Amino acid sequence: MDQVRKTVVLEGSRGVAEAVRLCRPNVIAAYPITPQTHIVENLSQMVADGLLKAENIRVESEHSAASAVLGASAAGARAYTATTSQGFLLMLEVLYNMAGLRLPVVLTAVNRGISAPLTIHNDIQDSLAARDTGFVQLYAEDNQEALDMHIQAFKIAEDHRVLLPVLIGMDGFILTHSFEPVSLPTQEEVDEFLPPYKPVFYLTPKAPLTMGTKTDPEFYTEARYMLHKAQQNARQVIVEVAQEFKEKFGRFSGDLIDTYLTEDAEIIFVSMGSLVSNLRAIAQELRQEGKKVGVLKIRAFRPFPFEEIVRAISGAKIVIVMEKDISLGATGVLAQEIRAAFYGKANVPRLSGFVVGLGGRDVTRETVLKGLRLAQESDHLCTFLDLNPELLEEV
Amino acid sequence: MVRTALDYKGKLKPTWCPGCGDFGVLTALFNAFARLDLDPNNIAIVSGIGCSSRLPGFASTYGVHSLHGRALPIGQGVKLANPEVEVVVVGGDGDAFAIGGGHFPHAARRNIDLTYIVMNNRIYGLTKGQVAPTSDVNFRTVSSPYGNFEEPINPVAFAISVGATFAARGFSGKVDQLTDLIVAAITHRGFAFLEVISPCVTFNKVHTYKYFQEKVTPLPAEYQPDDRTKAIEMAQVMQDVIYTGIFYRQEKLTYHDWISKIMEGVRPVTPKELVLSQK
Repeated sequence: MDQVRKTVVLEGSRGVAEAVRLCRPNVIAAYPITPQTHIVENLSQMVADGLLKAENIRVESEHSAASAVLGASAAGARAYTATTSQGFLLMLEVLYNMAGLRLPVVLTAVNRGISAPLTIHNDIQDSLAARDTGFVQLYAEDNQEALDMHIQAFKIAEDHRVLLPVLIGMDGFILTHSFEPVSLPTQEEVDEFLPPYKPVFYLTPKAPLTMGTKTDPEFYTEARYMLHKAQQNARQVIVEVAQEFKEKFGRFSGDLIDTYLTEDAEIIFVSMGSLVSNLRAIAQELRQEGKKVGVLKIRAFRPFPFEEIVRAISGAKIVIVMEKDISLGATGVLAQEIRAAFYGKANVPRLSGFVVGLGGRDVTRETVLKGLRLAQESDHLCTFLDLNPELLEEV
Repeated sequence: MVRTALDYKGKLKPTWCPGCGDFGVLTALFNAFARLDLDPNNIAIVSGIGCSSRLPGFASTYGVHSLHGRALPIGQGVKLANPEVEVVVVGGDGDAFAIGGGHFPHAARRNIDLTYIVMNNRIYGLTKGQVAPTSDVNFRTVSSPYGNFEEPINPVAFAISVGATFAARGFSGKVDQLTDLIVAAITHRGFAFLEVISPCVTFNKVHTYKYFQEKVTPLPAEYQPDDRTKAIEMAQVMQDVIYTGIFYRQEKLTYHDWISKIMEGVRPVTPKELVLSQK
């Protein structure tokens, strides 16, 4: 099998499972949580059927799942896990540890809103909570990109200049549960692209070592600095891997960022994840009306592409950030970081930030056009679109 | 004023699948509240995450639908803040024994005065049918396609072994008996644990109503729930017969009894003693 490259219609979760299988992980650990379940169920079936030679363990919580892949990676294995929302938050303590230990685990962060109130529907508030963990963070726009990104993720994570865990943000239900045609690479191609993981340090009786020992002030700062440095190195590695992937598989969906019709654009929408596809369609429509509109996709959220973003959008008059998250007490997370990118630069465009699509609320064409209209009138620091005033009456 | 079960019914209609065992638990719980004539405003039902954890939303009492596995610590927090409130913690076997497993022994050995009802369907229902910590060996699910090989946890035996002072088992198909058991659990002073066999009609095609109806048997009339070893032995009978009833009951100082006792022996510090030495 896997000898011929084929295009098949697959559920997003299945596509991810196929990509992970092609990457030959040694250990998978997970705990079921909607809407991540189909990914790990598919992998579980593949392991049981002998299609994937891996240890697959069903643990008792996400904290345990993250801990199990941490242990596996420390022992030199290629390790994978997937989760979402509350499960992701439960993993958080371990995620910091994983990055600090420089363990190149790959994690699918299916994106779902967080409690309270409880929701199972999509937004990206969950994985953004891992902003400062040291994880490299990539966000997929569609199912093909999600599939490709997993293959790239192992290569980025395991690069000796990086050696950091990587998470792939993938919109829950919108991508995980929708069927799209995807091109599946062959095992041979993936093997050529992604050689077996060669750890620098790992737990082996041949050269005993201890990881993560307690440090005093004379060591801690340097360890954190090296982590920061590895994130900086990841910028170059993400670009290289995207190029190499393009040469090998003929697909390119951006590196740190991706741009669409931005060159002469006066108005540029900025977003991450599946919302970018909607914005592309709207930009295309507005172009037909003669309006110069473009779209910037943030593909890598960590390391954050400050320079690339400034280069891509500083020619615009108005930048409109549409995001499915909110840093409570501040603004939308993306808007905040994009504003920071422009500090001290010349030709700063006007910028508006809109919070949309929380907890699975649809972001319609009307939502986006309303944002456009508001942004043209005045600048918005952080405005929620589509609020229902009836639900906001004081009690 | 005599209350009826309807006084505890909330405005939300349960979202469980038709035939779900949890309906029986909801009915028995309301019956028990009515029999004890509890004020709905003095009850807090606390749950974690799972199908069964949706229960608080369907009652007119106070409720918290909280985080997966954290129902017990949150329930204890409610009890600490207001010991007068009748705290009933509810949830499923995953909430109790997988993700929240670490909390159970400590709530039990603390003997805090609350009732913990675990609806056991031996599968993860909310996430559509994965293996649970109470699933049998060889049980096939989407996450154990060639059969489970991890030993199931026996909730009643587990509860007794970690120090629960009340441990019982009921069946959601026998609501009258279940009502009696919930009444006994609520009136017990200390940590009262009640396992309810509550079949998942959608995802568990093995452990069905029929499966349990053939096995479920009340504990023998002569059985005395005062021997831990015997109780654990009876709780583990699972082959042809699955016993229901009160396996173990012990009167012991509760968490709040201990605190009161300690406080009695504590001499209040006088303001003068708080003044720092001037030498």
